Amino acid sequence: MPLDQSFLGRTYPPTPPYEVGREKIREFATAIGSTDEAYHDVDAARALGHPDLVAPPTFPMVFTWAAGNVLIYDPELGLDFSRVVHGEQRYSYTRPVYAGDRLVCVVMVEDIMSRAGNDFLTTRTEVKTDAGELVFTAWSRLVARGVE
Amino acid sequence: MRPGDQLPVQTFRITRADLVRYAGAALDFNPIHWSDRVATKVGLPGVIAHGMLTMALVGRAVCAWAGRSDAIIDYSVRFTRPVVVPDDDTGTEIAVTAVVKSVEDGTARLDLTATCGDEKILAQARATVRH
Repeated sequence: MPLDQSFLGRTYPPTPPYEVGREKIREFATAIGSTDEAYHDVDAARALGHPDLVAPPTFPMVFTWAAGNVLIYDPELGLDFSRVVHGEQRYSYTRPVYAGDRLVCVVMVEDIMSRAGNDFLTTRTEVKTDAGELVFTAWSRLVARGVE
Repeated sequence: MRPGDQLPVQTFRITRADLVRYAGAALDFNPIHWSDRVATKVGLPGVIAHGMLTMALVGRAVCAWAGRSDAIIDYSVRFTRPVVVPDDDTGTEIAVTAVVKSVEDGTARLDLTATCGDEKILAQARATVRH
């Protein structure tokens, strides 16, 4: 079933702030096998000029995925989630994510298309601190594979 | 880094235990990353790694080449082939290399290649880094 094109350009309300915790950064860094001290040791991170622990570059999926749920599970959109694979991902950073950041996501539907029986949905998520500073923008493209 | 440099290969092993650990840390509990029953039912060869785990491991390689944990300014990938992770003690391995495309003002643009066995698992994989 093709996706509802009327979702194109839709912007969702800002999410409640996600508070980036030191232990969550350490847990995530450990899960990707990284012993990098800027992800684990606050004193080492500060010695490198950071205000607190640095989050690895793909850490934000921990909270941006949930921000997109309001869209991808909307029955009106028509996305069959059992057939969805992650097609593409991009991050563009203004600065790294740090422990202690309180981050607010705004999700926008940037592209919807169908090709060869597959549906493609691209979202753009702008992530700012609760004081309004842009930290990064993320783009995710999901592909719902057609039923053969 | 200088334009044209081929950066040294880095390899990362992925086992089923790694997938479980990543699922918990990233809050991604899609069963195609832990259940062979569900994975094969949707047409996959078996349990596959999270694309975002692959992206994270390639990101580690990028930070290591750049020599800093906050190196990444822009980072994008297209996931082209699933990384199948067998249910045994050795799992599978991915290999990551890069070519430096350009260098200016303390930043470098890298074209990334990630393979599992003989197959490329990413396309249009690029990073802009501080170095």
